[in-house]
Amino acid sequence: MAEEHRLAQVFVELADTLVAEFDVMEFLQVLVERCVELLHVDAAGLLLADHRGTLQAMTSSIESVRSLELFELQHDEGPCLDCFATGQPITNVDLSQSAERWPVFAPAALESGFRMCHAIPMRLRQQVIGALNLFHTRVEPFSEDDIAIGQAMADIATIGLLNERAVRERDVLATQLEGALDSRVIIEQAKGVIAERAGISVLEAFTLMRMHARSSNRPLSGVALAVVNGTLEASSIRRT
Amino acid sequence: MTSPRATQILSDVIDGAPDGAELPQRLVVACALGVPVTWAGLALVTEHGPGAMLAATDGPAAVLDELQFTLGEGPCIDSYATGRPVLHPDLKRSGPGRWPGFAMGALQAGVQAAFAFPLRVGAIKFGTLDLYRDEVGALSDDSLREALFFADAATQLLLHLHAEHPPDALDPGWLSKGANRSEVHQATGMISVQAGVGLREALLLLRARAFAAERSVAAVARDVVERVLRFDSDIGHAPGSPQGGAAW
Repeated sequence: MAEEHRLAQVFVELADTLVAEFDVMEFLQVLVERCVELLHVDAAGLLLADHRGTLQAMTSSIESVRSLELFELQHDEGPCLDCFATGQPITNVDLSQSAERWPVFAPAALESGFRMCHAIPMRLRQQVIGALNLFHTRVEPFSEDDIAIGQAMADIATIGLLNERAVRERDVLATQLEGALDSRVIIEQAKGVIAERAGISVLEAFTLMRMHARSSNRPLSGVALAVVNGTLEASSIRRT
Repeated sequence: MTSPRATQILSDVIDGAPDGAELPQRLVVACALGVPVTWAGLALVTEHGPGAMLAATDGPAAVLDELQFTLGEGPCIDSYATGRPVLHPDLKRSGPGRWPGFAMGALQAGVQAAFAFPLRVGAIKFGTLDLYRDEVGALSDDSLREALFFADAATQLLLHLHAEHPPDALDPGWLSKGANRSEVHQATGMISVQAGVGLREALLLLRARAFAAERSVAAVARDVVERVLRFDSDIGHAPGSPQGGAAW
């Protein structure tokens, strides 16, 4: 109970920092420190992809983690890089058993005093924008709950970054918003095209279009544009 | 699309315009003053993409837009392609890497910042509103907002000018009344299928019908969506149309 209470407190604290005046580095620093506390790990760190898709070590609870992350980047191997590449969490890595998988990283991590680690992806829809790294000095596997909390913390970090980006780059926000507004109109136009071709209501047309987008794993706005451009036949939407 | 501010801009452009005055020209002049920017131009889309100057203030705007058509690169071209604003507050820094030819020409002409806004209704693209400044710097929040309103007003004006038989008197209130309602866009899609025309023609048909019937575009659109009114290409097939008979 006390633990759940603390978890709620931390989430409120992090949410508060997202409002108004906020510094992204400060936010990420608080976040990794709270990870250490909530997940009973001994150290935490965060890697982020820059605009070219290159990973950068952003912040860590202790310097040894930052060194390890830099080490990982330099040698192009490690759980964090694998997590970033696949977008999947890599949990409960027993470092003494990992020399085969990561021949350079595993011995270096052991040398730094760590015995177990986890890497949790920071995802933004299809894109992986970074990873959260968690280290233990003893072998203490995560429970399912721990992994869920770790993912929640990684998700909060992602939201915080978006916020920062929006504040700093108003022009980016403006163009994205304009694009989103325009997409809405295209979706309405596509609803009309499908409704007329299929002889159904615009509401039914919308449902069909969403189902098609989901089953074909395409964004709704992309499907709508294909419908109005005639590159996607309304009849193929009807079939799905 | 139909904000009071955009309607106001249209009114200012139309009201007091001498007979035969070039409305697009009045709009770009008002835009350059209102945003404000040093130069402004209005580029039209041809079937091959952006490719015709409709109006420009004095100065290099016209030449710069023409340069973009010729080179096939520049903020106007990108804005057309993406359907989004393209904002380059420091052309010397961000331009050469992106558009080597255009940036060189623009910088030589004294342009330091370039901003292009798409003129479109969803998938229907009409052109771009191209703004240039002779000094480095982002548009302020107010200026950006004002530029977007001018782009909305320009879109409405182009829609009007595209009409085959444009009404003699241009009523800004009618032009923009409910023009961005969902039903209008849905009806546009439906009419394009019914009449076998593109979305642009479909929207023009819808507007012409509304104007002729002295009704709002939104009201006529609702009839289309509710299948009370059809726009078949076969004259005489308009079942249930309150006006009866042919749809156009």
